[in-house]
Amino acid sequence: MNSGFQTFDGEHEAFRQTVKAFVAREITPHVKAWEQAEGFPRELYDRAAEQGFFGLKYDEAYGGTNAGFFFEAVLFEELSKCGSGGVAAGLGAQATIATGPLHLFGTDELKRRFLAPAIAGKCIGAFAVTEPDGGSDVAGLKTTARREGEHYVLDGSKTYITNGVRADYVIVAAKTDPSKGHKGVSMIVVEKGTPGFTVSRALKKVGWRASDTAELSFSECRVPVANLVGRENDGFAQIMGNFQWERLTLALGALGAADDIFAQAMAFVTTRRAFGQNVSQFQVVKHRLAEMATELEAARQLTYHALRLHAAGEWALGQTAMAKKLATEMCCKLADQALQLHGGAGYMMEFDIQRHWRDARLGPIGGGTSEIMNEIIAKQLGL
Amino acid sequence: MPLKILVTAKRVEDSESKIKVNPAGTGIVLEGLKFKINPFDEIAIEEALRLTAKHGGEVVVVSIGGKEVVEQLRSPALAMGANRAIWVNHVGPMDQLGIAACLQKICEKEKPDLCILGKQAIDDDQGQVGSYLAEALGWSQATFASKEESLESEAEKSKAPAIKLSADGKSVTVVREVDGGLQTIEATLPAVATTELRLNQPRYASLPGIMKAKTKPLEEVTPASLGVDMTPHITVVKMTHPPARKAGIKVADVPALMDKLKNEARAI
Ligand SMILES: Cc1cc2nc3c(=O)[nH]c(=O)nc-3n(C[C@H](O)[C@H](O)[C@H](O)COP(=O)(O)OP(=O)(O)OC[C@H]3O[C@@H](n4cnc5c(N)ncnc54)[C@H](O)[C@@H]3O)c2cc1C
Repeated sequence: MNSGFQTFDGEHEAFRQTVKAFVAREITPHVKAWEQAEGFPRELYDRAAEQGFFGLKYDEAYGGTNAGFFFEAVLFEELSKCGSGGVAAGLGAQATIATGPLHLFGTDELKRRFLAPAIAGKCIGAFAVTEPDGGSDVAGLKTTARREGEHYVLDGSKTYITNGVRADYVIVAAKTDPSKGHKGVSMIVVEKGTPGFTVSRALKKVGWRASDTAELSFSECRVPVANLVGRENDGFAQIMGNFQWERLTLALGALGAADDIFAQAMAFVTTRRAFGQNVSQFQVVKHRLAEMATELEAARQLTYHALRLHAAGEWALGQTAMAKKLATEMCCKLADQALQLHGGAGYMMEFDIQRHWRDARLGPIGGGTSEIMNEIIAKQLGL
Repeated sequence: MPLKILVTAKRVEDSESKIKVNPAGTGIVLEGLKFKINPFDEIAIEEALRLTAKHGGEVVVVSIGGKEVVEQLRSPALAMGANRAIWVNHVGPMDQLGIAACLQKICEKEKPDLCILGKQAIDDDQGQVGSYLAEALGWSQATFASKEESLESEAEKSKAPAIKLSADGKSVTVVREVDGGLQTIEATLPAVATTELRLNQPRYASLPGIMKAKTKPLEEVTPASLGVDMTPHITVVKMTHPPARKAGIKVADVPALMDKLKNEARAI
């Protein structure tokens, strides 16, 4: 066990058992119903908060446990094995993008108002960067926040926002200085119910069906300047900083999902019969599974490497982008191959593999596309 | 009245793992298997914690086996909230009489008011230890402890114990699951109880609990130090997989189905 090559120690593994038990009792039995309903009950945030799932890397002063990145890595791997990418995403966003900026850059007041209740599951958060006119080009975002005395006045719209429909607060990226590019972006908290802030649409999705995804609109929406997260016009760097961990959690989630996908493929081919033998006995199938296992292991090791660097405090921009791209694309590919190995059953809604196949497709898009990951990697190469 | 409760934590194969009989048919293949605590023991720990939360006292958890069982003693047992652990370090074959003898010796020393054990372990499904232990100690026994309300009830949500201590602290009331119903018995303390699946819904081992578990006291003893001879009285002669299920058939219509059910399956 203590070979020195283990990423996770005994306590991490004990926590893994807790998350596994939580997933098996609180999530898996309801996945089909929640996917069909395109949503899951708010109480699940309470249940997850009771187990401290939203505060693993946050200060004890705000209700966190300050347990660290490895514990949260375990959480993301295990949550994504629940079989619903949407549930994992809804809970996951609360632990990462919707709270990370407050923890890293927020004032004590903001932490008390939003971070502490989010950790306690009492309020749901969202993080809104992407706009109808574009998501990849963060510096080019169009939503504005003009200063008027002790208020910011927001105008613009956001889209594809996870937890956006029922969020009690949204951290919005907006231009506080529209004359500048990335040097004019700030993050501002907007509370539900603020006049001028509306949820314009709940969006229908290919996958991640149980998660709520919204289009948000801001029109002459006034919020106090105290709602500014971090420094004015410093939002771009802060958003990029926040993305680092989100991308790692997306990679870790992809590993967890791929574990489940692989297990489903194995279970199917070792029992399904064709031409008088188990499908798994065809050499082509054996080799396919061998390749799938290899790709999964390669993605796992790169992701764990990036995780260790991140946990050690290194700014592993390149490795994180590589891990996010490799792991999410691997998961997509494995889901497709596992579906193929299921034959016609793979195309039926009653088998679980189709959901993985739909959910996995988001990986190379969300949290920065694979193309944007390549941009980052290329920059690291000095290109 | 504070209660001292002794509970057990057996390490068993995780039901998620695929169990294979070894080619010699003498046991199962252990490589690649995952392990966890016996779920019935987890229920026993939960019940003990609810009782001590209500009445005060101490929960002591025992496991028998090689050094790997310490894993289950730390988490979930101590992480859920048990106060301390006793590890009976024993590598090699053992049977239910040996296990009960170890527990008997520990009880004679620890003098708990109540022992709560799983009604059986999900690996070998023997279901004997609780009764052996009560018999060896000459204590009352309440097997298959269950509850009247459902696992969704308010009492369950408030984590109220289902095993009830009498006002004078001299006995416990236990609802037992029996064929086709429930039986309520009163057992004089000290007593041994064994748990049914429907007794409670165990808490998760919390993260702070997991952190705290590593500093909780864990005492190591051996069968020899307890004065127990672990030589088994029972040996496994052979293990086999259950026969593969035969493929089903399609029947033409409902009368044909009724006919099959009546005359072939004799199910109705
Ligand atoms: C289910 C779901 C949940 C989401 N949740 C959130 C959320 O909570 N908060 C949030 O802010 N956003 C969220 N997003 C948005 C997501 O981050 C964006 O969709 C993603 O960043 C891509 O932006 P875009 O959709 O505007 O695509 P575009 O930026 O318009 O890109 C279109 C295509 O052009 C490519 N492209 C763009 N720029 C380049 C370039 N420089 N070089 C090469 N190719 C390029 C892209 O890779 C892509 O293939 C979510 C999206 C989905 C689908």
